[in-house]
Amino acid sequence: MSTVTTDPHAHAEHEHHGPAKGLKRWLYTTNHKDIGTLYLLFALTMFFIGGAMAMVIRAELFQPGLQIVEPDFFNQMTTVHGLIMVFGAVMPAFTGLANWLVPMMIGAPDMALPRMNNWSFWILPFAFSILLASLFMEGGGPGFGWTFYAPLSTTYSSDSTALFVFSVHIMGISSIMGAINVIVTIMNLRAPGMTYMKMPLFVWTWFITAYLLIAVMPVLAGAVTMVLTDKYFGTSFFDAAGGGDPVLFQHIFWFFGHPEVYIMILPAFGIVSSIVPTFARKPLFGYASMVYATSSIALLSFLVWAHHMFTTGMPVFAELFFMYCTMLIAVPTGVKVFNWVATMWRGAMTFEVPMMFALAFIVLFTIGGFSGLMLAITPADFQYHDTYFVVAHFHYVLVTGAIFSIMAAAYYWLPKWTGHMYDETLGQWHFWCSLISVNVLFFPMHFVGLAGMPRRIPDYALQFADFNALISIGGFAFGLSQLLFVWLVVKCIKGGEKATDQVWEGAEGLEWTIPSPAPYHSFTTPPEIK
Amino acid sequence: MAKTSYLCWSLLTFLLAFSTQSAEMPLNMTQGVTEISQQVYDLHMKIFYICCAIGIAVFGVMFWSIIHHRKSKGVAPAQFHESTKVELLWTALPVVILILMAIPATQTLIAMEDTSEADVTVLVTGSQWKWHYKYMDHKVEYYSLLATPRKQIENKLKKGENYLLEVDRPLVIPTGKKVRFLVTSDDVIHSWWVPAFAVKKDANPGFINEAWTKVDHPGIYRGQCAELCGKDHGFMPVVVIAKDQADFDLWIAQEAATQAAAKAEELKLLSMNMSKEELMALGEKTYMGYCAACHQPTGMGIPGVFPALKGSKMALEDLPAHIDIVLNGKTGTAMQAFAKQLTLSEIAAVVTYERNAWDNNTGDVVQAADIAKAQKP
Repeated sequence: MSTVTTDPHAHAEHEHHGPAKGLKRWLYTTNHKDIGTLYLLFALTMFFIGGAMAMVIRAELFQPGLQIVEPDFFNQMTTVHGLIMVFGAVMPAFTGLANWLVPMMIGAPDMALPRMNNWSFWILPFAFSILLASLFMEGGGPGFGWTFYAPLSTTYSSDSTALFVFSVHIMGISSIMGAINVIVTIMNLRAPGMTYMKMPLFVWTWFITAYLLIAVMPVLAGAVTMVLTDKYFGTSFFDAAGGGDPVLFQHIFWFFGHPEVYIMILPAFGIVSSIVPTFARKPLFGYASMVYATSSIALLSFLVWAHHMFTTGMPVFAELFFMYCTMLIAVPTGVKVFNWVATMWRGAMTFEVPMMFALAFIVLFTIGGFSGLMLAITPADFQYHDTYFVVAHFHYVLVTGAIFSIMAAAYYWLPKWTGHMYDETLGQWHFWCSLISVNVLFFPMHFVGLAGMPRRIPDYALQFADFNALISIGGFAFGLSQLLFVWLVVKCIKGGEKATDQVWEGAEGLEWTIPSPAPYHSFTTPPEIK
Repeated sequence: MAKTSYLCWSLLTFLLAFSTQSAEMPLNMTQGVTEISQQVYDLHMKIFYICCAIGIAVFGVMFWSIIHHRKSKGVAPAQFHESTKVELLWTALPVVILILMAIPATQTLIAMEDTSEADVTVLVTGSQWKWHYKYMDHKVEYYSLLATPRKQIENKLKKGENYLLEVDRPLVIPTGKKVRFLVTSDDVIHSWWVPAFAVKKDANPGFINEAWTKVDHPGIYRGQCAELCGKDHGFMPVVVIAKDQADFDLWIAQEAATQAAAKAEELKLLSMNMSKEELMALGEKTYMGYCAACHQPTGMGIPGVFPALKGSKMALEDLPAHIDIVLNGKTGTAMQAFAKQLTLSEIAAVVTYERNAWDNNTGDVVQAADIAKAQKP
């Protein structure tokens, strides 16, 4: 990645290949930048829809007693909130970033399979329309939690289950196609001289994530199909009366589910590993060990699924195995955090918004990691399991982890995408409002969880009342703070200070060698990496 | 200026109000009342302190860097980016810490899973949304339902001290004895949890899980269902009363006698007829306790999930089918079999009630003997 030669005329030649006009541009586009934009806008929309559901949940939990919604609808809100945030917000946002950045980072003209790229995006709106429409069915939408444990999701669910199953199928197909595209692009379209160990870490982490996706999304498809046939076609995979086992469902689900959580965090590692060196003006510490740590996390992720199931009644031997493997994940994750801190050490740091989000990520994701380590300890997990302690844990890794990294990425590359600098003051406001409110929202959840409040309940005992009111206030504040982000993005697209090619003083990598905004077609002639 | 200071003061009072109120609320895991729960608590605190120490070290270095190594201080960035020695050190050190954590965790876990040589065994069965307890060594079994009045949940009455954590008939166990729980379910997965015992075990339909506790001090211990089990998951608490051996023996003997007498009474009732008013009164009580969670107090059900009884064909016309579904449930749906949950006269009363309430007005009167007849093939 050190020296780069580009032919400035290469871009000018292709200017007549600009985008088509109007709606058709977006419907028929095979351009990685357009599709990246579509993914990111879709993810942002879903983030607000899923967020609105979280507001309903927090409003109901503001006080003890039932005030706003019925328990049945409350369960639908927790379920669909989870599904939308995981499959509709975080995953498409990372795919959007991969679309925009992977070709520009490896010096490729586009993704390797552009028509499949169009298809993998455009089936997503259908998947989520189906899921959201099911909320308006007689009997309501899915209310069995995003983990859809059988037999609650089979014998005891409403008829919207069929729609839930089909929408998850479509999401899975979309993810698998996106993953194939990333792998094929990285393996085949790297610029001459860019060996695997010269790839930026964002490309590396996405490369590994794509393999995880291909490995586990079919498992999820299998799980939902078995739920479908158990419910409608008389099979008994998960029904003891017919020779099945409800716990089998959990094994299958979490064999998908645990790698899934790394799918949502590995690209975040890549983003933070791009941002910290830029604003520390110092190369990333331990590049090779970062690659090895990411690969070890990915491999270990297949050996820990049953730590979600310690209370289901496993043999002691299995409990010990899964406890030890889970604890082991702390080692490569620790290496990553140490490397980031070492990168900052004796750098020359500045604190623009992307860096602020990246720093918040490191601290808050690590807190989520600590509670993860505590959850790994089986005897203690018997007390933590299915309480708000778990809710606090996975929101620390998903909101202040994955989503903060996505925010950091948006601020970091927005000038490259739009050609304008974003409004720094507004960005700092967004950061500080988010940082404070997100901790008011999720930190007290540790306490209510330890004090014994189970998750997924619409009403609670009186001793939890004060903290729940505080949590709800944090929730509303965090939700409102995100409107600042929308305002900022709209402002940045419309205009603003002209961005330079390099944008950030310390930025290195191929995407910073092309003009801002990035031309519709970049690297039509491959750059040479020496 | 005056406005700002006013704002500051009101914020401060608000925060203070919070901290004084929350003094009642525990902030940490309970130490519980058993040796195991104490061990779990100690383990939890040990790991918590280790995490705090690591956090202080890592974040300390990070913030030192943030404060001192900033461009605005005019520092020039160093260019080092590798050190195998350091990498090996911070891979090996965490492994050592993890091994130190794993040793006590393993010991506690093995003790927790040893359910052998129990003195008392209780079969705990979850169903939507109540617990059933059966003492395997005595002829005692009963259901345990939420006792918090509906009106408190709907905010029409002041909430009591043990809001949502109170039941009509708690589980009773002796102190100082190893009590084994066999945990299972009749429908979906539930999870039986008493924080004070550090016992949380999933109730899986069709399978039996084991757990155990040994409580040293008499007292009332409260918990909840921990696994999402449908609409009223938040409304199926667990309450356990621990009594010393003498009190427990007295209680279980009385309970066994009461249950035997009730069964004898039940047989006697077969030859007697209850009046329609009696049946309707008992029927309404039973309906509200066992049926209204799904079919609703209005008999309207929830469209698409739980069918309405008001104006339904089954409640208006087909009496044998009506009795059959209450007795045996309907496989493949959430409708449970109530034959073992309710007495014959309760079933007769509830069927009578459903056929006459909410303008159903069939005029049908069903007696316990009718139910007994339907039960025999």
